Amino acid sequence: MNRYSRRILTNRIGIGLSMLAMAFGLLALLWILWTLFYNGFAALSWDLFAQDTPAPGSEGGGLRNAIVGSLLIVGATALVSTPVGIFAGIYLAEFGGKSRFAAATRFVTDIMLSAPSIVVGLFVYALAVETLGGFSGWAGSLALSLIAIPVVVRTTENMLLLVPGSLREAAFAVGAPHWQVSLKVTLRAVKAGVLTGILLAIARVTGETAPLLFTALNNQFYSTDMSQPMGNLPVVIFQFAMSPYDNWVNLAWGGALLIALMVLAINIVARVLFRRKSSD
Amino acid sequence: MSAHQQAVDGEAILAVRDLSFYYGDFRGLNKVSLDIAQNKVTAFIGPSGCGKSTLLRTFNRMYDLYPGQRAEGQIIFHGRNLLDRKQDVNLLRARIGMVFQKPTPFPMTIYENIAFGVRLYEPLAKSGMDERVEWALRKAALWEETRNKLQQSGLSLSGGQQQRLCIARTIAVKPDVVLLDEPTSALDPLSTAKIEELINELKSDYSIAIVTHNMQQAARISDYTAFMYLGELIEFGNTRELFVKPKKQQTEDYITGRFG
Ligand SMILES: Nc1ncnc2c1ncn2[C@@H]1O[C@H](COP(=O)(O)OP(=O)(O)O)[C@@H](O)[C@H]1O
Ligand SMILES: [Mg+2]
Repeated sequence: MNRYSRRILTNRIGIGLSMLAMAFGLLALLWILWTLFYNGFAALSWDLFAQDTPAPGSEGGGLRNAIVGSLLIVGATALVSTPVGIFAGIYLAEFGGKSRFAAATRFVTDIMLSAPSIVVGLFVYALAVETLGGFSGWAGSLALSLIAIPVVVRTTENMLLLVPGSLREAAFAVGAPHWQVSLKVTLRAVKAGVLTGILLAIARVTGETAPLLFTALNNQFYSTDMSQPMGNLPVVIFQFAMSPYDNWVNLAWGGALLIALMVLAINIVARVLFRRKSSD
Repeated sequence: MSAHQQAVDGEAILAVRDLSFYYGDFRGLNKVSLDIAQNKVTAFIGPSGCGKSTLLRTFNRMYDLYPGQRAEGQIIFHGRNLLDRKQDVNLLRARIGMVFQKPTPFPMTIYENIAFGVRLYEPLAKSGMDERVEWALRKAALWEETRNKLQQSGLSLSGGQQQRLCIARTIAVKPDVVLLDEPTSALDPLSTAKIEELINELKSDYSIAIVTHNMQQAARISDYTAFMYLGELIEFGNTRELFVKPKKQQTEDYITGRFG
């Protein structure tokens, strides 16, 4: 066999193997999605949104308390982690440079990015739940923020580092002070990318279960009081999916579908936003 | 070279004296002295890497953004050395504006591109700001093209228009000096001609220092020309004289294209 035909053969084998790997991955994904949609859509009903989670042994029920709880907890997370993450990202990209403090911040951020979420949950449990009067929606938001903030920090920093030096210089050249250059010119130049990072961070925390188990816990009743334990979709799914009651398992599927659709919607918005903004 | 040679006939808005510049250990400028004449156009020519941009960027302390870069010597502006540590650089940059090689519109509307810099130092009311924006766009010969789309992004303009927007933005804050670093090298001939025309009109209100690698351009638009080589000022003087009968052999070699 000459070198040429051997190369073609190697090429074919390589392509064949990667196709196989792709098919395997896709198959698993499609299988998961199909199971989720099959069981999830069967569980969808008006009651899902109108009724609260049922007591053990009672019939029917819905997820209203968990849906509202999840929206509140994730909403508060977004409100906290967006400004904190953006300002920290601006600090790292525009002010910190190679300073010790910036290096330390980057290091901690990187650790936080890869820390298992259950550790974050335990941390907030020890820090806030034990000392400040128990499980609450706020504690849940705090735990989720600790997961979301590093993502926002890193995206903001990385996007800002892509801003051409010429644009930054041009802003300084009209006499703008540094903070105005950062906030009004360079941040604006990468607005779409930063927004995408925020959305992806939110999508990520939307499905987090472990941090909420130790912080927001759960609440069988409808509540909008963030200082009390709060129902939320991930924890409800976790508890209901493994329960012996058929209606609970059914609700767990419905909740899983809702989360999946929510994350999908956020991802689509993020992509559309990023594509539109980066093409002009 | 005698100090006398660096002087200009009228008033000098900037008087550069024994200016040396360092990028870390590398010396980018060596004891440069010259005057930038008031309400005249001064051109800087010389082969690429000779320090033209470096010199221009000392005038508005742009190098301050980068640790490790430093200037020695004096640049007298309104009686004070602007290299002085105590100089407020933001204020300085509002009085000595700069236009760059690549058009750099801010990521905001055309209107905001101009209002941004004005707002920093002048708290104008809406109507005052509207007038200022129109004034600057007219000065930059861009008003007719943009009057109906002031709320569109500055990035939606063509390259030549973007560069005129950058000029408008610079003069809108009414600086004393406008620095231009190869402002036409990224533009087509038509846009280049427009900007050259513009520079010619602007000099009645501003003192202009322009870097160009195009000698014909320097000859066309400037009153004074400085020829630089390897971080040194080789020859400086009246543009016509410098091009017609250069005093230095190096200058002559460069402007006749016989440069090594
Ligand atoms: N940021 C920098 N760091 C180190 N050296 C630089 C830097 N910028 C420019 N130089 C050097 O300084 C010299 C002058 O550069 P520059 O002023 O940009 O030249 P010109 O504008 O005349 O083409 C060149 O040798 C260049 O390599
Ligand atoms: Mg240059």
